[in-house]
Amino acid sequence: MQRRSLMKSALTAATLTALAATAAFAENPVLKIGFVGVTSGPAAAWGISNQRSMEARAAWINETGGYTIGDTTYDIEIVSFDDQKDPKRAIAGMEKMAQEGIHYVVGPNVDDGAAAVRPVAEANGIMYFPYAFPKSLYQAPASNAVLGMVANYQSGPAIYKYLMEEKGVKTVAFIAANESDPLSQRDGGVEAATSLGMEVVSSNVTYQVDTTDFTPVLTPIMRTRPDLLVLSGVSPANAPQLIRSARELGFEGVISTETAQDAGVLAEGAGDLANGFISVGGASTPELASPMMKEFVQRYTDMFGEYNDESNTKVYALEYILETLKADPSAIDNVDTFQATMDTFEAPNPYMNGDAKLRYVGMSSFGQKRQVAVPLVVNVYQDGKFETLFVAEVD
Amino acid sequence: MEQILANGVYLGSQYAMIALGLTLIFALMNVLNFAHGQMYVIGGFVTYTFYGQWGVPFVLALVMSCVTLAILGALIERYLFAPVIKGSAREESTMLLAAGIAFLLDALILIIFGEKQRGVPKIVDGVFNYDFRLIMPYDRILICILAILSIVAFIGLMQYTKTGRALRALAQDRTAAQLMGVNVDRYSMIGFALGAMLAGLVGGLLVTITGVNLGMGGPTSIKAFMMVMIGGAGVISGAIWGGIILGFMEAIGLAVLSQYGDITYLLIFISLMIFLAIRPQGLMGKPWG
Repeated sequence: MQRRSLMKSALTAATLTALAATAAFAENPVLKIGFVGVTSGPAAAWGISNQRSMEARAAWINETGGYTIGDTTYDIEIVSFDDQKDPKRAIAGMEKMAQEGIHYVVGPNVDDGAAAVRPVAEANGIMYFPYAFPKSLYQAPASNAVLGMVANYQSGPAIYKYLMEEKGVKTVAFIAANESDPLSQRDGGVEAATSLGMEVVSSNVTYQVDTTDFTPVLTPIMRTRPDLLVLSGVSPANAPQLIRSARELGFEGVISTETAQDAGVLAEGAGDLANGFISVGGASTPELASPMMKEFVQRYTDMFGEYNDESNTKVYALEYILETLKADPSAIDNVDTFQATMDTFEAPNPYMNGDAKLRYVGMSSFGQKRQVAVPLVVNVYQDGKFETLFVAEVD
Repeated sequence: MEQILANGVYLGSQYAMIALGLTLIFALMNVLNFAHGQMYVIGGFVTYTFYGQWGVPFVLALVMSCVTLAILGALIERYLFAPVIKGSAREESTMLLAAGIAFLLDALILIIFGEKQRGVPKIVDGVFNYDFRLIMPYDRILICILAILSIVAFIGLMQYTKTGRALRALAQDRTAAQLMGVNVDRYSMIGFALGAMLAGLVGGLLVTITGVNLGMGGPTSIKAFMMVMIGGAGVISGAIWGGIILGFMEAIGLAVLSQYGDITYLLIFISLMIFLAIRPQGLMGKPWG
């Protein structure tokens, strides 16, 4: 008898819970936004910071009653797919998004994945926001990709010019991992440095993606004694080790990269040896971050235990998608309308102090507005945190 | 040249340690442990947690890595590999199990330790610099010495202790060892725990130099398999030679071929293919297994 009562109670509780859950979900219709990117393997940090930024922001929106687009308030659901940095998996991920009726996807994180999903996205009416730099993705006739960050060919020249003028840098050496993204970023960097009049003293040295000890790799570069060492397309996992090895080998010049980094990772992996390291960030430093950015960081930290500075850039893509849909609600299932809205879209940037705007740019680089206007914030690492070196804008 | 030799010795000693655990497990149980790299990563994260996060002395953190991995290895052998080996005559069953364990450990590492690269404070500051001809940070020199001492201690254990003799007997002929009174189940578990412990030890040592991250497991396993293939699968001395050879090939290749791009490993793989075509059992292995 007692057992039967227990079962009855359990069943009742389960039914009530299920009903409550259904009622909670039934409050708002759900708007699904996709993420296809790398969340496993050596480059997992890139995709996980994307995914967690989206999940943290979605949870925040849902907790505060949902996101109103037109006359409807939606709960936001993030549908994620780990492409394992494999273009075939990226295609499968984008096909999954199409099957789920999703029209807006963040990712993929790397060049070959972003290029691979293009036919699937264009055939299925999906706008996607890659973190990949090939211009062909964003130039006509390509139509559905929107660059989610600042490209190296936009940030590189700005950094090199600053270093030439402010630090008297004349010679530069490049090192890159032996895979498509870093190699193309290296080539872009070499071109930019040469056109600015810098002498490129080394650009052929590359390393295996899974390298853990960089001393033997860097030794030949150190013999060229460059003023500036550029870590092209370096992943946050490799940056501290490269910096540490370079400094231990006696390198006293400037070290920079055009990718986003995490201050905590640099502090742990390289400590004071990372002081002076220049990288690209988002609205990260205290003087730039708005109260909303600070709350985002707090919520992300509460949700996942630790913040990732890369999310300073990656917080933007979801915001752009939602704000653009808000500007024209009919775009919710029609990417043609979304594309038309992009040309004139403008909204306040909630993550930065001042009068910064969310808007689409890219006319100079791509001939059409296929890039989010993330601020080009160049940071320098100093004693465990980033300080803003300078801020620029991409047209 | 001095720098190349020093890099070769340093890389060789750490590679040899990585390969030792893998080849020990293969010798004892005929298991290709695809999760060896993940065990190395866990060893690194345990040392990171104790030494880097909680401020426990490095040596104690290293001991914790060894103990954690030894327990983990023993549990994996006792509850996963032993039943599969007893229940299935097909070798691919253990290979699939090892691959599954590798994926499981990767997922657990992500959940417990996160996706970020982790590093610990240097255990020794300063850099040895001989006229810019030979540059080697003191912590690398220390880790290299510790790795060599660990290898010597492991060889000593295998040669001069009762456990070592039992493990060697098991590796040579499992049935004969059983007939001679060796408790095969017990020593299989001890051997697997020892192999896992070696992975934990080298992970703990190298976290001070290379840091550690979630994605290091798979590539580490691949390198370990290469070393075992070079030296001869299941042969302890072969694993050591395999590690040293790979370390020197890498050091020489990176120094001499750097201006031609990343072709060092391309040439290493080509050399390995040619070598295995001529001598499939590796340097020290026997053709009959």
